[in-house]
Amino acid sequence: MALLEKVDKNIEARAWQGEIPIQSRYTCGLAGEKFFREIMENGRFAGTHCAECEYTYVPPTIYCERCFAKLDEWVEVGPEGTVQSFTVLLVAPDGTPLEEPDILALIQLDGADSVLVHRLGKVGLDELAIGMRVKAVFKPKKEREGSILDIVHFVPVNA
Amino acid sequence: MTAKIKEFPGVGLRESDFTERKVLFTEWKPDARYAWDAGVAIGRYLAELKEGRIIGVRCHHCRRTVVPPRIFCEWCFRPMDEWVYLEDHGVVNTFSICYVQWDMERLEEPLIPAVIEIAGASKGVGILHLLGEVDPREVKIGMKVKAVWKPAAERIGAITDIRYFKPIN
Amino acid sequence: MGLRKVAVVGAGMTKFVRRAQETGKELAYEAAKMALDSCELTLDDVDGVALGTAPDAFDGVHMKGEYLSDGAGAWRKPFMRSYVGGGTGVFAPIQGWYHVASGLFDVCLVVCEEKMSSCQPHPQGAFLTIFDHTTERPLGPNLLWIFALEMNRYMQTYGLQKKDIALVSVKNKRNAADHPCALLGDPNITVEDVLKSEVLAWPVQRLDVSPVTDGAVALVLAAENVAKRITDKPVWIKGVGWSLDTAYWTNRDLYYPKYVEYAARMAYEMAGIREPRKEIHIVEPYDPFDYKELHHLEGLLLADKGEAPRLTAEGVTARTGNMPVCPSGGLLGVGNPIAAAGLMKVAEIFWQLRGEAGKRQVPGKPITGLAQAWGDLMQVGTVIILGIGG
Repeated sequence: MALLEKVDKNIEARAWQGEIPIQSRYTCGLAGEKFFREIMENGRFAGTHCAECEYTYVPPTIYCERCFAKLDEWVEVGPEGTVQSFTVLLVAPDGTPLEEPDILALIQLDGADSVLVHRLGKVGLDELAIGMRVKAVFKPKKEREGSILDIVHFVPVNA
Repeated sequence: MTAKIKEFPGVGLRESDFTERKVLFTEWKPDARYAWDAGVAIGRYLAELKEGRIIGVRCHHCRRTVVPPRIFCEWCFRPMDEWVYLEDHGVVNTFSICYVQWDMERLEEPLIPAVIEIAGASKGVGILHLLGEVDPREVKIGMKVKAVWKPAAERIGAITDIRYFKPIN
Repeated sequence: MGLRKVAVVGAGMTKFVRRAQETGKELAYEAAKMALDSCELTLDDVDGVALGTAPDAFDGVHMKGEYLSDGAGAWRKPFMRSYVGGGTGVFAPIQGWYHVASGLFDVCLVVCEEKMSSCQPHPQGAFLTIFDHTTERPLGPNLLWIFALEMNRYMQTYGLQKKDIALVSVKNKRNAADHPCALLGDPNITVEDVLKSEVLAWPVQRLDVSPVTDGAVALVLAAENVAKRITDKPVWIKGVGWSLDTAYWTNRDLYYPKYVEYAARMAYEMAGIREPRKEIHIVEPYDPFDYKELHHLEGLLLADKGEAPRLTAEGVTARTGNMPVCPSGGLLGVGNPIAAAGLMKVAEIFWQLRGEAGKRQVPGKPITGLAQAWGDLMQVGTVIILGIGG
């Protein structure tokens, strides 16, 4: 039966349309709560430091994934940092061309060992370089809400 | 476990911690829309429902007739042998009287989901559907019920082409 | 079979809460760290990690296993996530067991995590996709339907009343009052309270069912030679079993969980257990609903068919009874963070057999215990048997 009966006309093939009705509400977590509050309230970056592994996590974690120690040593990092890599996006996720290119970068904040993903702004495409020095631009304090978008973007230090 | 640990980790929050924004959080709504292919067996099942008929399949090896139809027998793992038209009536195998919808909001009128053993299929073989035109207090396991079909013009080839099953008599 | 002996040597867990502030990674870390600390091991001692967690849609993180891996102690280690619905919490240590029994690893960390509160407005939005998208979901089901339908069939088959079944909820919520991580412990709850609670999907009422929960649990498994260096109280994994029935759940009689029986028989055979009712001293069957504990005791062959309610009524399954059942408080009492809830049951057997269960300790120095979980469309049975000595 399986081999003998096949859908051989496209019009006979049918699909059942549906959706999965979910939405997500993510807490920032214990480490994230401190990280985003520090951005929101003070315009500063906080990381956690593992003395054993000599490694500073930004965004912070409450544990060192390398040695599994509980981390409670908080250090201020940035707001300046170094571009470790970048990409220039010319199309949106749906494939339509972007009016302005979107520049995403991996930024190692001064004092951090891990890198942060964020946007670069106020920079010409011909100026982009790995190793360039950048600094964070925060939204005005009253517009911040404890989100990664409280950082507008990173711009060249000497811009 | 308790002797060594004074206080176990885990910070419990109240719903008001979110509504009053006492904790930081982010929200996201995925656009999780799908088009699930009906496939060979369910494609035929839906096409027959549109015609006002319930169809099953038979495995000669296992000597059983099942519904919803499938192209293989999951017992002996051979292709099914033949299509079999079933009756549009059957017996209530089990039922519930449901007062809430999936998001736990109360329903105004309870729904009565049931597993209905379809006449013509092997004993104990049923489908999930709803009961209607019946007082919830009157529903019994073993009760005979029959399909109440939508008018032919409204049928689209869906399980909901049967509105519900209602008691016979 | 040429398998090595495997012991549980450490355990840890977070509180079970309705909404955790911690991220899923942070919950996993807290449980995993506690488990390692409990047997004085470090991450360097761990050869591989087995993780159990329910669908990605709950936490709202695609590839949730990979997301959780660093919190589960899997940094640059062999890591594997398994998932068999609600059966996962007992399957994850089975997976850990074969990693060690096979000789592949000497020490395996087993972690189960669930953060169901992330899923809004209710995790049922994800749960209800277990119903067939074409032939069942258009009818507007919710997850309670399948339990209510099974419970009604079970009650009808044996002529049971709601009050016979409510005893399980009362027992477990009272037991949980002694569990430091419990969400739903209540030393004063009565059968009347259960029978008067809101009817959700008859015969299921509010207090018949365990609610949405967040939490994490972890175990450390070790091969015999390592276990004996780590602890003088190793708890051996004596037998494991698991089985799946067909997804065509409306084609089966729901009154009896055949798949649990198959899983149990596999585990009993491995453990050399011929008379489970005499040889199993303490049981943690899966109890997301009160009738499920009864259903599973029968499937585990620890009660005759239809007789589990009588054992409950006679106090046989009480913490001080002849066969304590869910001395932890179970899912009904401690809470139901799916995969973590199943692993909590295994951890409870571990603590009970070592005499470390504190106020929950059952009398009589049990030496063999069984934990079982269940999942999917009335479909999955996972069983593990632990024992001390030998």
